Amino acid sequence: MDVRSQIAMVFHLDKCIGCHTCSISCKNIWTDRTGTEYMWWNNVETKPGTGYPTKWEDQLNYKGGWEVDGSDLKLKSTGKGRVIFDIFHSPTQPSMDDYYEPWTYDYQELFNAPEGDDQPVARPLSMVTGEPMEIEAGPNWDDDLGGSPIYAENDPNLEGLDPIERKQMFEIERLAFFYLPRICNHCMNPSCVASCPSGALYKRGEDGIVLLNQERCRAWRSCVSACPYKKTYYNWSTGKSEKCILCFPRLETGQAPACFHSCVGRIRYLGNVLYDADKIEEAALRPDLELVDAQYDLILDPNDPEVQAAAKENGIHDSVIDSARKSPVYRFTKEWKIALPLHVEFRTFPMLFYVPPLLPVMSKQTGDTVQIDNEDLFADIEKARTPISYLGKLFSAGNDGKVRYALRKQYAVRLLRRHLTVGDIDRETADRALNEAECTEREANAIYKLTSLASFKDRFVIPPMQREMAIEMIDDPHERRQAAGFGFTVGPKRS
Amino acid sequence: MNEFLLFAVVPYLSMAIFFIVTIQRYRQRKFTYSSLSSQFLENKQHFWGSVPFHFGLLLTLAAHVGAFLLPSWVLTWNSVPWRLFLIEITGLALGILTLVGLINIVMRRLNNSKVRLVTTIGDWVVYGLLLIQVATGMGIAIFHGWGSSWFATSAAPWLWSLVTLQPDVSTMAAMPALVKMHVLNAFVLIGVFPFTRLVHVLVVPNHYIWRKTQVVLWNWDRKSIRNRG
Repeated sequence: MDVRSQIAMVFHLDKCIGCHTCSISCKNIWTDRTGTEYMWWNNVETKPGTGYPTKWEDQLNYKGGWEVDGSDLKLKSTGKGRVIFDIFHSPTQPSMDDYYEPWTYDYQELFNAPEGDDQPVARPLSMVTGEPMEIEAGPNWDDDLGGSPIYAENDPNLEGLDPIERKQMFEIERLAFFYLPRICNHCMNPSCVASCPSGALYKRGEDGIVLLNQERCRAWRSCVSACPYKKTYYNWSTGKSEKCILCFPRLETGQAPACFHSCVGRIRYLGNVLYDADKIEEAALRPDLELVDAQYDLILDPNDPEVQAAAKENGIHDSVIDSARKSPVYRFTKEWKIALPLHVEFRTFPMLFYVPPLLPVMSKQTGDTVQIDNEDLFADIEKARTPISYLGKLFSAGNDGKVRYALRKQYAVRLLRRHLTVGDIDRETADRALNEAECTEREANAIYKLTSLASFKDRFVIPPMQREMAIEMIDDPHERRQAAGFGFTVGPKRS
Repeated sequence: MNEFLLFAVVPYLSMAIFFIVTIQRYRQRKFTYSSLSSQFLENKQHFWGSVPFHFGLLLTLAAHVGAFLLPSWVLTWNSVPWRLFLIEITGLALGILTLVGLINIVMRRLNNSKVRLVTTIGDWVVYGLLLIQVATGMGIAIFHGWGSSWFATSAAPWLWSLVTLQPDVSTMAAMPALVKMHVLNAFVLIGVFPFTRLVHVLVVPNHYIWRKTQVVLWNWDRKSIRNRG
């Protein structure tokens, strides 16, 4: 058992209002430089939709992630032999057209235009060339189902849905969508790291954050192709790839990452989990339908004394283990099983989990009361506008049972709360719902609390990152006493 | 004396610049040690430039180095006529491949406004020198045939005389102008090499072949923590 600690995340999609505040706070801090304008380390997509970059989920085209080849796990886009032939021209690398060409507007024109018959207009200017341009696409061009016949209907997740179901999704009366905020998943088995020919990408041992060393990056761009979520980006100006760093400078000072901190809907949760690094490969080789369970199995119970002992043996500090015990991520995933990994079939084991959305509510209303079908409490879920099989494609590699379980539990929690607060649902119905959803009242209350009432400290349980200790391990703090002044790393001596 | 300047002084000078500056740049400006890929800005024409150019150039270069290291082996191989023809034809084909790739690269850089934006003066110098190099090389292949044989008997001894620090330029002095240009331009290329994007040749990711799949870096030494108890 090789126990490691990893910062993991949960996004509660039922609470996401699609305001893009997360994207903006990230953009303002990290990606407003030349060459990064087109990058959205955090972006919010409308589902169904084609996303950003366009159709990123279509791995027949982009070849991201891993595939099982007999008893081996292989990268789809590259490999030790193929890298030699693909290095001069990466066959699977997306180009700027797959994202969009960033632009600004010629605002000065509004003030400086000479007097004329027409109102002056601010023309769009390319942020690459500075020349006037025609805007053809943007990072959330299909926001709120905009242009759905072109975008939403080409969502790769709709493949495999039966034609009637598929057609119904786009009938105007039934139209439904939800938001999918995406950042780097800081995967357990990152394909970007495995693909980097220069070894510039690495996973930090202490907290699992995946980073890219700008000094070592040599612009081979393998990571861009290999990441199935398309969350590493090539900076065309510096010739280096860049990616979400999970705001590690903030985390190391005990603050939540900017996108987490600014989230209006409070949909985001962060905490560390302990996992067994020895079993990753074995788990990644399991068939599609078992992958969610396989990933849950990798996450270890931080209350288990055996796990704690193994963690200590591996140099994980007590305070970090303690933090794992309070982690909201552990509760959402292992304990309650209502948060699922996005596209686990890419086999990178993303450490960002999503609580699948229950909306829109399809209850029958008569007068002022909501009618619940007593025969089958969960009919609503089956008849929901967004088919379970669609959610299953997104969050459980086609294992719809996992999504159904998560939705039923959430639904049961709602019924219980409805009973307790409004009172138009009787105790018996609520109890039966809980029973059928395999959820105790205690658990339901805990879910309700963490979902609806959670404070900043409940949502973000940031482990002490032990930087001070780490520095002392590498450098003796007394070593440079009386030897070097500010700015010197080597003593100011001539010989 | 003039020949001595061109074929003994210039080579040593350019090699000196090459070694000093590549090492200095790697130590002080490691961030710049790569070729600024423009595939992201233009993805289609890129293939028809980069791929033929790189394969053509690398194989041609390998042939030159091979003939320099094993001249006697080349002469033995060439003693049978069909083998000589084969090597001549292959050389010419690789030259054409390189030239086509290079022309495509230059045209792409000229025509695409986004790619032009990330092209520096240094890049244009490199493309100019490479064009001269490939064009003179093609000229030699066409007008001064059987190059693989006379390279082994004339150019290789001269290069070895440089390596052994006993420069003897007599064989080079007797060469036609086209050959002299080709050789001289090669050493100019080596001299400008460390100042340009060409340095990416030196950081080819060979260690990828044998490194572990995943890279995990620890800020602290887990073993020493364990031993502290």
